[in-house]
Parts: sequence; C-alpha cells; structure tokens
Amino acid sequence: MSELIAIFFSMALVNNMVLVKFLGLCPFFGVSKKTSSAFSMGIAVMLVMLVASAVTWPLFHLLLVPYGFEFMRTVIFILVIASLVQIIEMSIKRTNMTLYNALGIYLPLITTNCAVLGITFINIDQNYGFAASIAAALGAGVGFTLVLLIMSGIRERLDLADTPKVFKGAPIAFLIAGLLGLAFLAFGGMVG
Amino acid sequence: MKSLIKTLSNGILRANPTFILLLGLCPTLAVSTSIDNAFGMTGSVLFVLLAANVIISILRRWIPDRARIPTFIVIIATLVTIVDLALKAYVPSLSKSLGMYVPLIVVNCIILGRAEAFASKNNVIHSIADAVGMSVGFGVAILLISFVRQVLGSGKLEVFNVQLFSIPGLDSNPAAIFLLPMGAFFVIGVLLALFRWMGVSECE
Repeated sequence: MSELIAIFFSMALVNNMVLVKFLGLCPFFGVSKKTSSAFSMGIAVMLVMLVASAVTWPLFHLLLVPYGFEFMRTVIFILVIASLVQIIEMSIKRTNMTLYNALGIYLPLITTNCAVLGITFINIDQNYGFAASIAAALGAGVGFTLVLLIMSGIRERLDLADTPKVFKGAPIAFLIAGLLGLAFLAFGGMVG
Repeated sequence: MKSLIKTLSNGILRANPTFILLLGLCPTLAVSTSIDNAFGMTGSVLFVLLAANVIISILRRWIPDRARIPTFIVIIATLVTIVDLALKAYVPSLSKSLGMYVPLIVVNCIILGRAEAFASKNNVIHSIADAVGMSVGFGVAILLISFVRQVLGSGKLEVFNVQLFSIPGLDSNPAAIFLLPMGAFFVIGVLLALFRWMGVSECE
C-alpha cells in the first residue's frame, strides 16, 4: 500500500507530467486561460488516463508479451486510446448531459494528448504491476489538473497586469511555467 | 516552381511550427538538453513527416473523408514504430537518451496537423516540399534551443563527442538550471520574446 502511495505522489508532484516530463503541453498552454475550462480539461484527461491505463496494461502483458508482439505497442496503444475516447464521449453523452456539456469539446482533443499515451508507456517502461499502473495514472491525472488549475489562476490575474508588449501571451506563459517548475522542484526530496 | 519554394520556406519562417504555431512542443522542450539529441529528434521527425505526407498524399483520393483521422494515425504510428526499431538497432545510445519521446512522435501535433491541413489536399511534390520545410523549421528551432541550453548549462559545446569550444569560468561553474526541465521553459519564453522584439514575429 505504501508503495502505491509513493508512486501516486511521485507522479503527481515530483515527476509532474507537464513541468518535468513535458507531456500535455498543448492543453497546458491552450486551455489554461480560464479556471473553469482548465478544471474540465483536467478532469477529462484524468478520466481517460485511468481508463487507458486499466485497458492497456492487461492488453500488453496478457496479449502482446505472450505472443512476442511488444514492438506493436505504439500502434495498438494509440488505437485503443482513440477508441476509448470515442466510447467515453458517447457514453457520457447518453448518461449525463450536464457533464457532456462541460467536458464535450475537450474529449476529442485528448486523443492526441501526449500525456495519455505517455502514462501508458511509463507504466510499461517502469515495469509497474496493475495496481501500481492505476496509482500512477491517478497521480499523473491529479498532477496535470493541479498544474493546469494553478496556471489558469495565474493567467487570469496576468490579464490585468502590465506585461511588456513583446512578452504578452505565450512568452510570459512559458516563463511562468519555468517558475512553477522551480517551485515543484522543492517536492524532490519528498519521495526517494 | 515558385509555389514549391514558397511552400518550402513557409515551414521555416512564416509558419515555423515551433516559434510561430507553437506546435509539437513536448519533444522540442524535452530532448533539447544536447545538440546530439536535437539532431536525432530532427532526423526522426523528418523521416516520419516526409513518409507520412507522401503516403497520405498518394492515398488522398481513396481515404474516406469520415475515417481520415484514424487512417492518418495508423499510418503515422506504423512509421514511428519503424523509426523506433531502427534507432534501437543502429544507434542504441541515442535511442536511450531520446527514450519514450520517439514513440510519442505519434501524437506530435505537427505531423497529424500537416497530414490534415496539407497532404490530404495537395499533390505528392508539394507535400514533399511541405514536409521538408516543416522539418527544417522544427530542426532549426530545436537546435537553437538545445544550443542555448547546452552552452549555458554545461559551459561548453560538444557535438557527437567532439568539443567545439568551452567558455572559461562557465565550464567549471555551469548554470545547471538550463539542463533541468524548467530551463527549457525559460529559454523558449525568452527566445519567443526576442523574435518579437526583432520583428521576426508579431506581438499579440
């Protein structure tokens, strides 16, 4: 159990998807202008990460490894993620219209979000078991949402700030991401 | 011929994927810790983008419109698998330092973006020019970022184990923060602002 908790915090804070592994930068800069949409995007990514990890782990260890097809992992995983996103989108549309209206437009974008494909690769490369993969996916999702929320909060205030003309928009967002990364560096000593 | 040159230069300057369109940032920032990695990543992207653009451009009349995105993804994923296996077999050290960012080329927005916006609408010759232009644009950007990061972060420039120069003082006390992940954010942020200040790109 303590190992799972360590993996969770390591993925959420120490090896943060966005700030340390540079995964999912497109939504990080694209959807971080408003807190509400940043939160929706974060939850949608977390959901897809969890389901994708739960599906790709057995697929890799019970199907690809026994038959010696490990090299097909990239093709198989991206197809699984694309279909999963489609299925999740359709089932949310059928069951919960409020949730669909909140997450709807973000779901299709997640297919090409490298954070989702990245976490499935990390689970395999780190030789995680099934429970550890789920813990890692949950941690990665929470870390992604957390950073997206912090970033959107800062950017909402930044709109009112007097930024030099050449730094307005993307450049200042990158500098803030760098400062956030420095702050997250302090979590380094937490998990060995 | 004139339109070919225009397509070619478009990716390098006016629509540079990294500095103007801000696409495909994940590999650009993640592997730009050394010039060697930058060359490896540029070569991989060039191969995948070129082959994907050619194949999609040839097949564009037969790919059904509604199933085009899944088709593109399968084509790109196959090409990426080829690159991944080839790097593992011939340059294992490079493959190790690029790590999972090679298979992640599948979800690089530059490649899917060019397939959707260019190759599926234009002929093979123009698609080749577009792929070369975009890859060179990507390569220039990632080389520039890794040049700054490597020089400031280690105080010397080493390309394929050959030391080109070292800065006295800085090489014994390098600014190691530029080799850490956050260094990449600082470098690209300042470069973007610099290009605007020089008038290469426009302010918001």
